[in-house]
Amino acid sequence: MQYMHKYASPKFFYTLAGQLTPWMAALTALLLVAGLYLGLFVAPVDYQQGESYRIMFIHVPAAWMSMFIYVCMAGAGAIALVWNVKLFEMFAGNCAPVGASFTFLALVTGSLWGKPMWGAWWAWDARLTSELILFFLYIGYMALQASIDDPRRAARAAAILALVGVVNIPVIHFSVEWWNTLHQPASVSKIGTPSIHPSMIAPLLLMAFAFTFYFVAVVLLRMRNEILERERHTTWVADMLESTKP
Amino acid sequence: MPGFLKAIGCLLRRDLTVALRRSTDVLTPLVFFIIVVSLFPLGLGPEPAVLRTIAPGVIWVAALLATMLSLNRLFANDHADGTLEQMALSPHPLTVLVLTKVAAHWMLTGLPLVLISPLLAVQMNLPESAMGTLVLSLLLGTPVLSLLGAVGAALTLGLRGGGVLVSLLVLPLYTPVLIFGAGAVAGVIAGIDIEAHFSLLAAFLALALTLAPWAAAAALRVSLD
Repeated sequence: MQYMHKYASPKFFYTLAGQLTPWMAALTALLLVAGLYLGLFVAPVDYQQGESYRIMFIHVPAAWMSMFIYVCMAGAGAIALVWNVKLFEMFAGNCAPVGASFTFLALVTGSLWGKPMWGAWWAWDARLTSELILFFLYIGYMALQASIDDPRRAARAAAILALVGVVNIPVIHFSVEWWNTLHQPASVSKIGTPSIHPSMIAPLLLMAFAFTFYFVAVVLLRMRNEILERERHTTWVADMLESTKP
Repeated sequence: MPGFLKAIGCLLRRDLTVALRRSTDVLTPLVFFIIVVSLFPLGLGPEPAVLRTIAPGVIWVAALLATMLSLNRLFANDHADGTLEQMALSPHPLTVLVLTKVAAHWMLTGLPLVLISPLLAVQMNLPESAMGTLVLSLLLGTPVLSLLGAVGAALTLGLRGGGVLVSLLVLPLYTPVLIFGAGAVAGVIAGIDIEAHFSLLAAFLALALTLAPWAAAAALRVSLD
C-alpha cells in the first residue's frame, strides 16, 4: 500500500508520466511504421477480397482497443471507487475519449470495408452493431462526466456507469449476435475468415501493440494536463511554473 | 414483522398513494405510448401486412421510450423535498428501499403498458396468436427496463439536462431486452420456437433484480453527496 501512495501521488506521477511519454510515443511510431509496412506491402493479397482486406490492419486492432479500453476504464473506476485513489479516477476519465475515438475508427473503417464487401456503406452486421452500441455507451459516459461539475463526484458517478456497462457489454454482444443470425443469412456476415495466414497475423499484432502504446501515451499526456488543472492551487505546481519561467 | 419489511410496506404504499393522487403523472407515459404507436401507421401507411411485420418492434420501442420518459419521476420529487436523504439516513439498507421504489415505479408505468398493449396490438394488426406472447414478453421485460432505468435516474439526479442525459445512459443498455422482447413476438408470428427468448428475458430479469439495486443505491449515494 505504501508504494501505491508514493506512485499515486499526483506530483510524483506528473514527473513519471513526463518521463514515460516520449518512450511510449517512440514505441508507437516504431510499431506503427513496422505494422503498416508489413500490412500494406508485405502481406499477401487475399484470394477472395483482393487488396481491400488490408483495411483489416486498422479495423481489427481498433475494435480490440475499443473493448480493451472500456474494460480498463471500468477496472480503474472500480479501484477508484473502492480505494478512493485520485489517480485512477483521472485514468478512467481520460480513457473515455481515447476509447470513443478507437470505437469511431472501428466503425468508420468497418463501413469503408463494407462498401466493397457488402456493396453498402452500412450493414447490420453483428460485430459492427455491437461496436455502434459500445460507441453509444462511451458517449453516455462522457456526457455524464461532463454534466457534473465537481470532478470527484463526476468520476465516481461515471465509474458506476462504467461498471454497469461492463456487465452489460457481453450481454449486448451476444444478444446482437443472436439477433443477427436470426435476421440475416450467415454468409453475409462472414467477413473475418476463421483461418488466417501467419503473414497477416504479424502486422495485425504489431498494429495492436502500436495502438496500445498510443493509448498509453495519449492517456499519460491527458492525465498530466488534468493533474496540472486539478492541482493548480498547490505549491508544487506554482514552484514548477516559477522554475520554468525564462 | 422485522423492521425493514414494515418499511418496505410503508414505502410501497406511500409511493403508490402519492402517484395516484397526481394521476396525470401516471397517465402521461401511457398516453405517450399509445400516441407513438399510433403514429407509425400514419407514417408508413395502413397496409395490414406491413403493420403486422413492424408491430412487435414498434410496440417494444414505444414501451422503451415511455418507460424512459417516466424515469425522472422515480427519484426527482423525493430528492427535491429531502425525503430521499432521510431514506439514505434510515437504518434500512438503501438497496432494499431502492428496489421497493422501483417496484412501485413498475406498477405505475410498466404494468399499465402491459395492460394496454393488447389494444395497440389490435390496432397494429398483430395476429391473435401473438397477443399472449406480446403481453408475456412485456411482463418479463418492463421490470428490467425499470430496474436499469433506476440506475440511470440515480446517476443523473439533480443534473442539468437530466432528462435527455438519462436517455443517453439507459437506451444502449436496453438493447438486449428489446432484441429478445420484440424477437419473441416476431418469432411467434414467423412460427419459430420462442422458449429461448423467454428464458433469456427471465435471465435478464434475474440479473437486473440482483445487480441493478446495488448500482442504483451506490449512484444515489454519489448524487446525494
